[in-house]
Amino acid sequence: MTRAVVRPAEALAPQVHDEVDMSTHLAGLDLPSPVLTASGCAAAGRELDQFFDLTRIGAVVTKSIMPEPRSGRATPRMAETPSGMLNSIGLQGPGIASFIERDLAWLHQRGARAVVSIAGDTVDDYARLAKILRMQEGISAIEVNISCPNVEDRGKVFACDAGSSSAVIQAVRRNTDSRVPILAKLSPDVTDITTIALACVRAGADGLSVINTLLGMVIDTDRLRPALAGVTGGLSGPAIRPVAVRCVWQIRQVMPEVPILGMGGIRTGLDALQFVLAGANAVSVGTMVFNDPSAPLRVHHELQTALAERGFTRLIDAISYAHGYLDREHPASDPVEDDVEAATEEP
Amino acid sequence: MPIQYRSEVVSSRRAGQYHVLTLTAGSITETTKPGHFLGVAIGGDESGLLLRRAFSIHGVQERGVFGGTVDIVVAAHGAGTRWLVGRHRADPLDIIGPLGRPFSLPRDPVSCALVGGGYGSAPLFMLAEHLRARGCRVDMVLGAGTEEKLFGVLEAKRMASTVTITTDDGTLGEAGRVTDALGRVMDQHDTDVVYACGPMGMLAAVAGIASERGVYSQCAVEESMACGVGVCMTCVLPVIGDDGLTRMVRSCVEGPVFRGDRVRWAEVGTIPPDTLGAPDLDGGSR
Repeated sequence: MTRAVVRPAEALAPQVHDEVDMSTHLAGLDLPSPVLTASGCAAAGRELDQFFDLTRIGAVVTKSIMPEPRSGRATPRMAETPSGMLNSIGLQGPGIASFIERDLAWLHQRGARAVVSIAGDTVDDYARLAKILRMQEGISAIEVNISCPNVEDRGKVFACDAGSSSAVIQAVRRNTDSRVPILAKLSPDVTDITTIALACVRAGADGLSVINTLLGMVIDTDRLRPALAGVTGGLSGPAIRPVAVRCVWQIRQVMPEVPILGMGGIRTGLDALQFVLAGANAVSVGTMVFNDPSAPLRVHHELQTALAERGFTRLIDAISYAHGYLDREHPASDPVEDDVEAATEEP
Repeated sequence: MPIQYRSEVVSSRRAGQYHVLTLTAGSITETTKPGHFLGVAIGGDESGLLLRRAFSIHGVQERGVFGGTVDIVVAAHGAGTRWLVGRHRADPLDIIGPLGRPFSLPRDPVSCALVGGGYGSAPLFMLAEHLRARGCRVDMVLGAGTEEKLFGVLEAKRMASTVTITTDDGTLGEAGRVTDALGRVMDQHDTDVVYACGPMGMLAAVAGIASERGVYSQCAVEESMACGVGVCMTCVLPVIGDDGLTRMVRSCVEGPVFRGDRVRWAEVGTIPPDTLGAPDLDGGSR
């Protein structure tokens, strides 16, 4: 009897489901893949290009850039937490001029789609950044980071207030080419995320990035003090995934058409599928890149397989699909009436 | 260029308080130089411990029954490292390497002192081999809190012209710290270059002793990292650049090996006020 000799590489190669069309639309952008990197988790792409071909994913979302160079916060800047991590980097970066000259130029030359994330201390900072970026070619979209938790004053987190969010988004929209979509990145640390989402869309956001990190804290029990030099930090990773899926779902319920870039602890293709079914037009893979630098392309392939296994031939058919579950499961009943009955039974 | 590799454990053996793991590494071995490190994913595909652990590469074997293999030295002091030392032969591991900027080697056959604190000595033996191959003199100074926490004393004796051992409690060698012995060793052997790897405090002191004597030093730092590949910005420390300006630089890609006279050791863990982009006193950013 002869035994088939299978080389490990072939045995491990995932089954390719090329028949599933993975292209998507996000706020006017046509992307060949719905999987992007996440701001702050991929620098400006160059390091990750060593592990997978950047041009094969939807886009690289670059680390939030500010008008001037910024040192960021002191170390320790990081603490591992159950299925996640806290970071308090404090937006370390080279400033917009160096970013354009080195990072954006490299992405352009590499042929990777670039979504440029911007951050500022004031509304004016954002306007200035938008004006500078207006003169640059090859920007697929601008993501407006109004929700970084690592600022000294919590009152400065624009995304915690509908009025402040609107002011920033308006300033960026006014100073950005109308052909370049802008995405507002929202914080989950609010009472009602849909209020902020609506305010951003009314102010001119073409789409929403949902969600940024949650504010968290770890105490070092050996040193009897906060583990991070910055005391508090942003919580990310699979630990926050249910919160993120909930936020996408709630916004989709309120705004059936708004483009959503979903993110928060995506580790596998099935995680990404949760976001798509909840209403995301595309997804970002963030913290998991630290664990697996080839995660974005792996998640793309796993999502493609998951869609094929569920009978989808196009990714876009799966977007928001879970919202129709009541109609599919109870086609004859009237869900509104059921809800009223259930409500009246409450004491 | 670093490679992400599906590795297997070839062996795991105890060495004092440490474990030496030999891992299959494929073509990672072809480009590994002394001072490079490995990023190891912990706990498998479903693990709740997301962050890779960084280990300096202790040794490489380019060809063997298992193809290329690398050795790392692990101290089990947390949940992640305890998981790692519990791996057995043929268990899978996801590794990335070689990472970081290695030690730079002198062109001429000069006199070198190699200083290791605890298992920080791990990368120094491969370095010693390379230095010896260039005709350099190698003197080693190894220190730890206690005898059990020393790593590689026998290996050092095989490779170095002299070996000086220090322990805080005097259980082996001289009672005291490596920095108590280093100045004497350097004076005796006319040291031209100092190489060091160990805790931040030790490196700061070693760099100071070298600078006092006008000697060039190269220090490999052990800063905590989340990604190890240059994207997360957690492992930064203040380093003076060629232009005289201090920047917060990543120890994973610009390091882990730095010139001792370029790191602002006393200010590690802070943002020195003259750092590029440091906050203004009023809380803004310059």
